[in-house]
Amino acid sequence: MADKLQIAIYWGAGCGGCDVSLLDTNEFILDVAAVADIRLWPIAVDGKYKDLEAMEDGELDLAAFNGAVRNSENEHIARLLRRKSKIMLAYGSCAYMGGIPGLANLTSREKIFETAYLKNASIEWGNGVVPQPESAVNGKTLDLPRFYRRVYRLSAVVDVDYFLPGCPPQPEQVKAALLAVVKGELPPKGSVVGAFEHALCEDCPRTKNEKKIKKFYRPWQVAADPDTCLLEQGVLCAGVATRSGCGVRCPKSGIPCRGCYGPAAGVVDQGAKLASAIASIVDSKDPEEIEGILAGLPDFTGFAYRYGVPASLLQRSYRQ
Amino acid sequence: MTSKITIDPITRLEGHGKISIFLDDAGAVEDCYFQIPELRGFEQFVVGRPIEELPRIVTRICGVCPASHHMASAKAVDGCFGNTVAPLAHKLRDMYYNAHFVHSHTAHFYALAAPDFVLGPDADPAVRNILGVVAKVGLEIGGKVIRVRGLAQEAQRIIGGRNTQDIWCIPGGVYKGLKPEELEQIKPWVDEFYDFAQFSLQLFRDVVLGNPGYVDLIVNGPYTLDVHNMGLVDENNAPNFYDGKVRVVDYEGKEIHKYEPKQYAEYVAEHVEPWTYLKFPYLKKRGWKGFVEGIDSSLYCATPLARLNVADRMATPKAQEGFEEMYRTVGGHPCKALLVQHWARLVEMVQNAETLQAYCADPEITGDHVRMVDLPITGEGVGIVEAMRGTLTHHYTCDDNGICTSANLIVGTTNNNAPIQMVTKKVAQALIKPGVEPDQGILNMVEMAFRAFDPCYSCATHSLGKMPLEAAFYQKGELVKTIKRNC
Amino acid sequence: MSFEPKIVGFLCNWCSYTGADLAGTSRIHYAPNVRIIRVMCTARIDPTFVMKALTDGADGVLICGCHPGDCHYSEGNYKMMRRYPLLKQMLADFGIEPARVRLEWVSASEGQRFADVVNDMTQRVRELGPSPVRTALIQDMAER
Repeated sequence: MADKLQIAIYWGAGCGGCDVSLLDTNEFILDVAAVADIRLWPIAVDGKYKDLEAMEDGELDLAAFNGAVRNSENEHIARLLRRKSKIMLAYGSCAYMGGIPGLANLTSREKIFETAYLKNASIEWGNGVVPQPESAVNGKTLDLPRFYRRVYRLSAVVDVDYFLPGCPPQPEQVKAALLAVVKGELPPKGSVVGAFEHALCEDCPRTKNEKKIKKFYRPWQVAADPDTCLLEQGVLCAGVATRSGCGVRCPKSGIPCRGCYGPAAGVVDQGAKLASAIASIVDSKDPEEIEGILAGLPDFTGFAYRYGVPASLLQRSYRQ
Repeated sequence: MTSKITIDPITRLEGHGKISIFLDDAGAVEDCYFQIPELRGFEQFVVGRPIEELPRIVTRICGVCPASHHMASAKAVDGCFGNTVAPLAHKLRDMYYNAHFVHSHTAHFYALAAPDFVLGPDADPAVRNILGVVAKVGLEIGGKVIRVRGLAQEAQRIIGGRNTQDIWCIPGGVYKGLKPEELEQIKPWVDEFYDFAQFSLQLFRDVVLGNPGYVDLIVNGPYTLDVHNMGLVDENNAPNFYDGKVRVVDYEGKEIHKYEPKQYAEYVAEHVEPWTYLKFPYLKKRGWKGFVEGIDSSLYCATPLARLNVADRMATPKAQEGFEEMYRTVGGHPCKALLVQHWARLVEMVQNAETLQAYCADPEITGDHVRMVDLPITGEGVGIVEAMRGTLTHHYTCDDNGICTSANLIVGTTNNNAPIQMVTKKVAQALIKPGVEPDQGILNMVEMAFRAFDPCYSCATHSLGKMPLEAAFYQKGELVKTIKRNC
Repeated sequence: MSFEPKIVGFLCNWCSYTGADLAGTSRIHYAPNVRIIRVMCTARIDPTFVMKALTDGADGVLICGCHPGDCHYSEGNYKMMRRYPLLKQMLADFGIEPARVRLEWVSASEGQRFADVVNDMTQRVRELGPSPVRTALIQDMAER
């Protein structure tokens, strides 16, 4: 057992897609199994928390944590894994940037609970009960993790060694990253792995001319030309400010990029960069006309920070 | 003798959960709670987003069944645009969706369920997983599983552009159609899916039905509940995973409800308990009665077995043979033995494959007109599909600008929350004997109760040791430095 | 001691900074709350700067540039003009009160105008109180 790599794969506030992306490496997962003992991987393997707690510090060679940190259990296990593991990998967009669950940071915990448990269309009429961190039932005490006021990315709660972006990461990139661990060929600590430095546009096969936009279109308002840059046709695409590495899987299929690989190298705030980039193609010098053109972009914030509200400079809404 | 046993986390499923078992002084199981500790809040944080973006956001409710959410969402969005959809788009979506079922059912059966049967429920946990299954059944079969799953995903990618975290549905239809050369690629694979579905059924017969201990467990064991069944059916009361009416049938075979998706809120309501983040759907007209079985119960299952229980027949001939064989063996239709879900899943896979074969032979499937562009905004829509693990409902409203103003989701596994709670308790009570500390095999058998449901708790909860000292320094909410002593 | 806002001011070199200088040499008294950062042109101001100022402790951010048509680099201020509505929308979605971030065109000869803008903005931000950013982040930390 000591000769094989010891690894743990865990999910915080995620969806299982990153765990599936590991299975999507197909035969490669069998190669991993040949050189590694997977000690914790709740989707596929029966390791429990008590097994993790019983490990020595640093016993694990690699902990791959996917999903965001939404509640006290996510944080607790993240800290435990950090202690028990030599390398901590933030796997996928949620661990790296907060991901889709990060959109919750644009609303509030109160509103979420109100909608989910009190107000929604199919809630039992008259219900006033809301889940509690601790409740008493039939003389027993039951506890639940505390739902935090906001979502955190993994590096906000523990020291992270590497970041593997993607929602989910593309299987070929996953293979390359895991092979690097197996071979011990690791880049400098803090690196983004499994992706390139440059933005998506460089790898996108669509032809790019000049972008001068007088009108933006919602994707269902126009049948966009399949060979020309989407942004040039007035369809919002985040590729201009998104790190490449996914194989351009969305624009190649006719669908605009939504930024799941995060910002390109050296960029601090992906949404701010998108604001700059999109503003720069607006073809007008008249303030009123500019407002009119930009009015064709409803929910720009939700677009610009689709996967990265917790990773943004502002991190969450401050509405009282 | 411990007074509380916790299984944490539950494993070989999608999502988070823990089982808390309380023992009385004699050591018998007094109470058992199946708690779901996760919530993300999708129903709230999609508000304010353009409604056409929702099918790409809600796929992140679940990375195992994103296509289910994508389809249900697309249909709810269709409703917001006056149900203006190119007819070919519906066919293509159904084709894509059946391919998704093939890969998801394969993954569940072999990776999540099979370890309990191929290796035994009390096998060493270190090997009781997909890797152990492959080691036991051999690389050839393991290779087949991986191949079929990979091809089904590739078929999805060819039809819809991406095979996970789907992107393809749009108001008016879908982004791309199927080219003739793409269809030619898929055709031979679809025949492989059919063969593999039959192969899996045979494996089930050999490994499970051929083992009298398992048969006894399935038919006579505590994994059974007197609750009702829900599923989508077509006009012939055969299962349809993409569209149809919702049918609810009691465990004696009598129809209780049959309704159009847009009426769902008249028939289903959700109850809340403080000890779990997951809600408990129930039949609204009967009212919440608690965790109670029986013919008057307001609880129901929505699972592959429930789908077959509400159906009068399958939609395709070879699947129909499988349907008849299954119910003959288990002693009649409908069936309450919950472990039969694993079998029902495989029968469904046969229908998935036959449906795909029919689409491959359809001359219209490679048509061009896959989307409509002039769309009215009508403001509300309900989309119901069958997720692999149960009836999935997405209900949206939007304003005149097509911005989402509300979202209500009742997700596949959520439907089964109360039944899972009840059967877990039942199994715990049956298997944990007073005075005998349960070993990991027994505890795993308690877990087998929920595993049969192929649950997806990320879906269901959408909604979002010398005195060691560690000082963590935060700046603007971000960790910048840690200082440790003795740890 | 009552609250005195900390406001970061990004001023373009050619018009606004010179205008601010003029306010000084003309001995016009105005609120001292703005910490000035000179940039060559408002085109240089990435939305990131504004957000970073707000998260680094600023209660408000003022951006001043040349009047449209007068930019030293011809079109730089139009780039800011296009960026600004998106930035405002994003800040509003993050719950930052609109009065905390402001764009004004101030020419080299408008010393008094600069002073008036600073006084007005300082008063508005004073009324709003300290930026909600730091309090919220402290509260978030406290619950963990």
